[in-house]
Amino acid sequence: MQHGKYRFIAGFLALPVILYAIFVISPFVQAIYYSFTDWTGLSSDFKMVGFRNYDWLLKDDLFWKAVGHNVLLLLVVPLVTLGLGLFFSFMLNVGGRGRKNAAVTGVRGSSVYKVIYFFPQVLSIAIVALLFQFTYNPRNGALNAFLGGIGLDGLQQQWLADPNFALWSLMVVMVWSNVGFYVVLFSAGMSSIPRDFYEAALLDGANRVNTFFRITLPLLWDTVQTGWIYMGIIALDAFAVVQIMTVGPGGPADSTQVLGYYVYTKTFHDGQAGRATAIGVAMLIVTLIFAVVVGKLGRRERLEY
Amino acid sequence: MTSQAEPSELPGVTKDDEPPLAAPAAKRPPRFTPEGRIGSEGKVLNVFSHGMLVIWGLLVTMPLLWAVMSSLKTDKEIFTSPWGLPSALHFDNWSRAWSKSNIGDFFFNTVLVVGCSLVGTMLLGAMAAYVLARFEFPGKRVVYFMFVGGMSFPIILALVPLFFVMKNMSLLNTFHGLILVYIAYSLPFTVFFLTSFFKTLPTSVAEAALIDGASHTRTFFQVMLPMAKPGLISVGIFNFLGQWNQYMLPTVLNTDEDKRVLTQGLVQLAASQQYKGDWSALFAGLVLAMLPVLAAYIVFQRQVQTGLTAGALK
Repeated sequence: MQHGKYRFIAGFLALPVILYAIFVISPFVQAIYYSFTDWTGLSSDFKMVGFRNYDWLLKDDLFWKAVGHNVLLLLVVPLVTLGLGLFFSFMLNVGGRGRKNAAVTGVRGSSVYKVIYFFPQVLSIAIVALLFQFTYNPRNGALNAFLGGIGLDGLQQQWLADPNFALWSLMVVMVWSNVGFYVVLFSAGMSSIPRDFYEAALLDGANRVNTFFRITLPLLWDTVQTGWIYMGIIALDAFAVVQIMTVGPGGPADSTQVLGYYVYTKTFHDGQAGRATAIGVAMLIVTLIFAVVVGKLGRRERLEY
Repeated sequence: MTSQAEPSELPGVTKDDEPPLAAPAAKRPPRFTPEGRIGSEGKVLNVFSHGMLVIWGLLVTMPLLWAVMSSLKTDKEIFTSPWGLPSALHFDNWSRAWSKSNIGDFFFNTVLVVGCSLVGTMLLGAMAAYVLARFEFPGKRVVYFMFVGGMSFPIILALVPLFFVMKNMSLLNTFHGLILVYIAYSLPFTVFFLTSFFKTLPTSVAEAALIDGASHTRTFFQVMLPMAKPGLISVGIFNFLGQWNQYMLPTVLNTDEDKRVLTQGLVQLAASQQYKGDWSALFAGLVLAMLPVLAAYIVFQRQVQTGLTAGALK
């Protein structure tokens, strides 16, 4: 019986573990190893160079520029996305006219809103990026045409071709495609908060803005924190939007260069795989710091209800 | 659209399909509360919230509708009046994109790759998760954390060495290579999700099957998998969308022109067609790639929403 049990365990685990070890674990470990070599990625001979790649990295202007952009993305994109997500889900769940004599209700047709808001979430980021590349096109794009159409010609921009606007244009796309997910996620959380809490607070004279900050947000905090980490990982990546949408890519004038794309160019265009993996390791470190910071800042007593 | 979404709130219509993970929105009986202050504030808020909700609804749908509209126009119309309605519905753009721009080929490549990967992911993921959830053995925690740890690492870091791992195994630019990679990178979330799902299932049924003489393998396939169906559906939807929409992995690992999947094919099409000026075929390609997924989502909206958010609610 025991013997059979272990054979069964080994039989079931063997394939998944082997596959995972070859294609996921070993590349990650190799990446860290290669970051200490001068490997080009093209030939098979390379030697250990100690921390030279990391020295180069610390002095590389473009690297720091990319880090700056990633940090900006990391601050702005999750904040705006989660903020809008919370706002809209609160509107959906509490913004209703007090029908059926209940003090707090969802708006009429809230599931229709959720269905529509969720659209971008089922589309590939590649499709979304292309869609917005066309939308931003200064000549025949929807955005400038719309601004011109309502008489706001002064607001028309070159968008992705203007270094002052390019990164912000990307952020809009990242927010646009993710808000719906959080509206649905937070709505699920909000609908499990007992209505009595709101009713009691409203009877005690609280207004609805208060109920949001005093009831909804604290009770949803765990979910918000998870969302923050998810969004942080998306903001740190940004590979697809940069590679598909921007001029260069990474331009104009390196104004949209991010770590993820920098790794890619260093390997597949510059033939500097050693340096590329060092950038990748730096990215991993930023991710881990971010996760720790969110964990620390967000730590609160867990509320049971 | 209203008629599609509203019935799903009625108990008994779609509740059967709903996985038990989703916290069911408690329907409370109407209760009596004092009217007055609360009511009037509620009305102002109601107008305000509908206003804001409609604005975001428009912001989401407008770019999509604009793309559909543009895909039915001539190139000249796209340039002269970006927001104008097409003078005639040029469905020939769609057929041109499907056959001449190879969207059809990309589509079938994607179906092949995602179909095989999905089956593989679900099978291997469920097998590993079941063992990790239900059996005690040395090294169990190490294996579990090895899988789950993969969720938080940036894939781009592994991508450079992965490219050369694939090259050495002659797996670059092959469908089976891409399928193996898709499976491997889908395992962390699948194992994480299904392990906790298998833990919530009662043990008594499986024990009864074992006592009746069924082997562990048979118990897994004939007893546990059917019991785990709601969890398998959730994670299956999650993986399907993740793999169907995957862009970075095929871009790096699958550069053969004939083997492109939909996402990368579209991006490369965009790069070439913009020079040729065939914008209408480009929009048509984009719409052709978008519509099947959106249509499937509208049909299975409830399952898709729970499937994608289930992982974050844990």
